Amino acid sequence: MEFQIPNFLPALPEIVVAVFALLGLLFVALQRKSEGSAFWMAQLALWSGAFFSLCLGRSPADLFEALRSAGSGFEVLRNLGEILVVWVGSSESTWTFSQLYQTDALGELLKAAACMAVALGLIYGRRYMRERKLDSGEYYLLVLFATLGVMVLASAGSLLTIYIGLELLSLSSYALVAINRNELRSTEAAMKYFVLGALASGLLLYGMSMIYGATQTLVLLDLIHAMDQAAGVNQTVLLFGLVFVVAGVAFKLGVAPFHMWVPDVYEGAPSSITLFLASASKIAAFVMACRLLAQGLWGLIEHWKLMLLLAGIASIMLGNLAGIAQTNFKRMLAYSGISHMGFLLLGFASSLPELTRNAYSASLFYMLTYVLTTLAAFGILLLMTREGYEAEQLDDFRGLNQRSPWWAAMMAIAMFSMAGIPFFVGFFAKFFVLQAVWQAGYTYVAVLAVLMSLIGAFFYLRVVKLMYFDAPAADAPAVNAGCRLSGGLLSANALALGLLGLFPGVLLQLCVVVVQASLAP
Amino acid sequence: MMVPLSHVLTLGAILFSLGVVGIFLNRKNLIVLLMAIELMLLAVNINFVAFSTYHGDAAGQIFVFFILTVAAAESAIGLAILVVLFRKLQSIHVDDLDGLKG
Repeated sequence: MEFQIPNFLPALPEIVVAVFALLGLLFVALQRKSEGSAFWMAQLALWSGAFFSLCLGRSPADLFEALRSAGSGFEVLRNLGEILVVWVGSSESTWTFSQLYQTDALGELLKAAACMAVALGLIYGRRYMRERKLDSGEYYLLVLFATLGVMVLASAGSLLTIYIGLELLSLSSYALVAINRNELRSTEAAMKYFVLGALASGLLLYGMSMIYGATQTLVLLDLIHAMDQAAGVNQTVLLFGLVFVVAGVAFKLGVAPFHMWVPDVYEGAPSSITLFLASASKIAAFVMACRLLAQGLWGLIEHWKLMLLLAGIASIMLGNLAGIAQTNFKRMLAYSGISHMGFLLLGFASSLPELTRNAYSASLFYMLTYVLTTLAAFGILLLMTREGYEAEQLDDFRGLNQRSPWWAAMMAIAMFSMAGIPFFVGFFAKFFVLQAVWQAGYTYVAVLAVLMSLIGAFFYLRVVKLMYFDAPAADAPAVNAGCRLSGGLLSANALALGLLGLFPGVLLQLCVVVVQASLAP
Repeated sequence: MMVPLSHVLTLGAILFSLGVVGIFLNRKNLIVLLMAIELMLLAVNINFVAFSTYHGDAAGQIFVFFILTVAAAESAIGLAILVVLFRKLQSIHVDDLDGLKG
């Protein structure tokens, strides 16, 4: 057998982040006070990771050509969205490292989204972590390694790479949740997260071993081929494995009936870590579901479709009903996250063969906008905190409008978007998913989902009511906008929810193009 | 004489179930819980090695190396969290982990 040097270029985004993280390890070990530099290094690593994810494999010449042919100044602006969409979708799937590793438009988009979400999360949470003396260099390094895990997961081409990426993410997350070691709640949450996360990895691995046994291969491409030839593949073993894999994925997504860890971990973890778990880690679970189910086990869609549909219905019901009873804002967002992930699964489960997987683009749209919304909601929560004041009870939002009208308005936008009020982006996310569910013929499911979202809208609107119509507590501190950079970014983030709600077309088109470029058979 | 594949898989399944049951039934000791997690991962390893031997394909055994390494890192982190927890809680009973409820 001849050894060939593999093509390293497709892995450039991961390599960049890994190199920065390893240099950071050295730097933190040698330098005494390293928080500030570690923060900027993490920012540099994440933004360059996002940049390389989106630009690699696409020629800049094509972009300039498209811009020039679009016409004069105003025309270019009008068509800019479309040109960018075409350009981002123009990446071709590549496989390298003996097919352990793949890049396609979907993976690259999600990698870039994860990097940007983490970078924004670090900016929003910087003051919070500094006030609690948690912003050590190690914190930034753990976040970088966790992001690297998400990126590896997004470009995994075999079951082995999926496992490695997932564990890199999970192990860093366990440590991040436990980072405030003087707080009993945090360590307790970390222990629960660790035990249930390890259980999930165990289930996933058991499923992978069964699939390996039935198909004799770990590579996703070969899995597809192995399932095409019905002869020689033991269906019983394969289905047995599939059940475990779906359970593992559901655990990581945090959907019912595998949701037990979500509220506890959201509440116990420091708020900026919760932000990470609610954004980047959900992207990771989504991309894992894409790789495992929509790619590797595509041949078994008839079987996993039903499982995902049931899990989706269960989590929409549970999330929206249990969310009403919460008094803690972070716990409330945890239940809201469970129901949002349920919607995601509904979209995932209702793909139709003749519609070239348009349901996945609805799911992808839901994922991207959910991440944007969570970033805004947690960002404002982080802004409201003080040293020794977590601002995580719903009562802490009383009269926020009188204390700080601007941030109350931003929070209201985030809540409206999560509730799915029309002309905020959350409405269109739900609309596209329900459209796909309807087209797939699950009428009752769509009706149930709408009813449940109406019930769920209650607890989002309750936050708005508390902010606008209740008097603030006497000792409630004013909100200071923090540094100008994070305040500006946070406002832009929240306003983007409204803007995308008015013009959802470009983002949806991006999702359609990306899904067609990467998942089309 | 070669042991049939089904025997090895049954052993793997029994060990895996012991691990899962250990996590859910154990109400006393967090260290036993860590052992149960380890048992689950080792049961998966048995599966992989068995399939890989019977199919004559090395990939499964290489996967086992990775699982072993990750399992070591996992228990290191688990024990570290356990130590931090014991310092705050003065106990490693599973039932004492009841601070977060809602």
